[in-house]
Amino acid sequence: MITTDICIIGAGPVGLFAVFEAGLLKMRCHLVDALPQVGGQLSEIYPQKPIYDIPGFPSIQAQQLVDNLMEQIAPFKPGFTLGERVDTVSRLDNGGFVVQTHDDTRIECKVLVIAGGLGCFEPRKPVINGLEQFEGKGISYFVKNPETFRNRKLVLSGGGDSALDWAIFLAPIASELTLVHRGETFRGAPDSAEKVVEMAHQGQLRLLLESQITEVAGNGHLQSLTVSSKHNGVFNLEADHLIPLFGLTPKLGPIADWGLALDKSAIEVNVDDYSTSTPGIFAIGDINTYTGKLKLILSGFHEAALMAQSAFKYVYPEQKLSFKYTTVNGVNAF
Amino acid sequence: MHSKMIELTVIDRQGQEKALQLVEAEEANLMETLKNHDYEMRATCGGLALCADCHCLILKGQDQLAEPQDEELMTLETRPDAQDNSRLACQLKVSSDLHGVLLQLTNYAN
Repeated sequence: MITTDICIIGAGPVGLFAVFEAGLLKMRCHLVDALPQVGGQLSEIYPQKPIYDIPGFPSIQAQQLVDNLMEQIAPFKPGFTLGERVDTVSRLDNGGFVVQTHDDTRIECKVLVIAGGLGCFEPRKPVINGLEQFEGKGISYFVKNPETFRNRKLVLSGGGDSALDWAIFLAPIASELTLVHRGETFRGAPDSAEKVVEMAHQGQLRLLLESQITEVAGNGHLQSLTVSSKHNGVFNLEADHLIPLFGLTPKLGPIADWGLALDKSAIEVNVDDYSTSTPGIFAIGDINTYTGKLKLILSGFHEAALMAQSAFKYVYPEQKLSFKYTTVNGVNAF
Repeated sequence: MHSKMIELTVIDRQGQEKALQLVEAEEANLMETLKNHDYEMRATCGGLALCADCHCLILKGQDQLAEPQDEELMTLETRPDAQDNSRLACQLKVSSDLHGVLLQLTNYAN
């Protein structure tokens, strides 16, 4: 069990900055994020894009902002649990919470801050008959351990960079690798696309272009796929494993089940301190909603500061909070 | 100055079909314009052609639209439900190209 003052769900820019604001008030933080890296949508979707509306930065690349935030919060030594999605939140008798991830990591905290953006990033799933029935039984959306596929018949589906990169990497490991792609050409990195086509010519992998998987079948474990191809009609393909690679998209996920007041897919908050309908739980950044809400990083930073002032009374109920400027007091690390 | 009206038909994410009149505005993109007209529009990337939330199928008038750029085509690869008539609304200008178009917004998850 990890114990901390504040557990922050979501390690995007707002979750990261919350560590700073909490740290100034001597509250320790632990961040949890479903993605394997910090930065949220900045790192996942547009790391190379410039952002123009961060005060003091006429222009800053999204990933640079994340790197700067990590440097800024380093003195406060936050803990991180990455690549795990928070599934449940339970209230303790002492007023605190226990947060549990899908990998059974448990975090005990006095205050819970939800900075979950648009939700957890989860893989996009193709619409294929029988797909969910074979999840974990031949169908997966990530490559956790390439050795799983050694000497197995592996099918990848998709036409982006990750489909190309994994095809190149896994072809020598699998006994047979087939890449199924809807288009007639690849739009990904030209070098990778060329390499895949070259490997197909040399018989190192099989390329099925202008084709789509329409059905999956097996007996307890995936055994075959039905492919519909523009030029070769409909046919069956033997497969031990299928990895659909269509990138990630955010889903609200389990947050919807925690009993918080929601408006559509956003958490309703009190604008005095961005507290939710449950005492001790706050929601900041894109995940919250209130009259006049602007989904800006700027607004999320402000919300983090006000949240921290209010969270203090849960962490240090006996103490009186005195507001201090960093210019006068500096950033006093733990 | 006299601004041109564009008429198009949009099938929303619930399957409701409705005619929509827009004033031509080259600086606006269709994703933002639909959002302003209360169409459900998450737009994770905010209009950078990177998230595919505004994926739509052009059911009529595809040929009259400007060709998609590489970035849009690459992002469309991440949609398992993409078709030959797929576009990202954020990359479509609110111009006379859209006049007479019938488009369908799709579910974010696919």
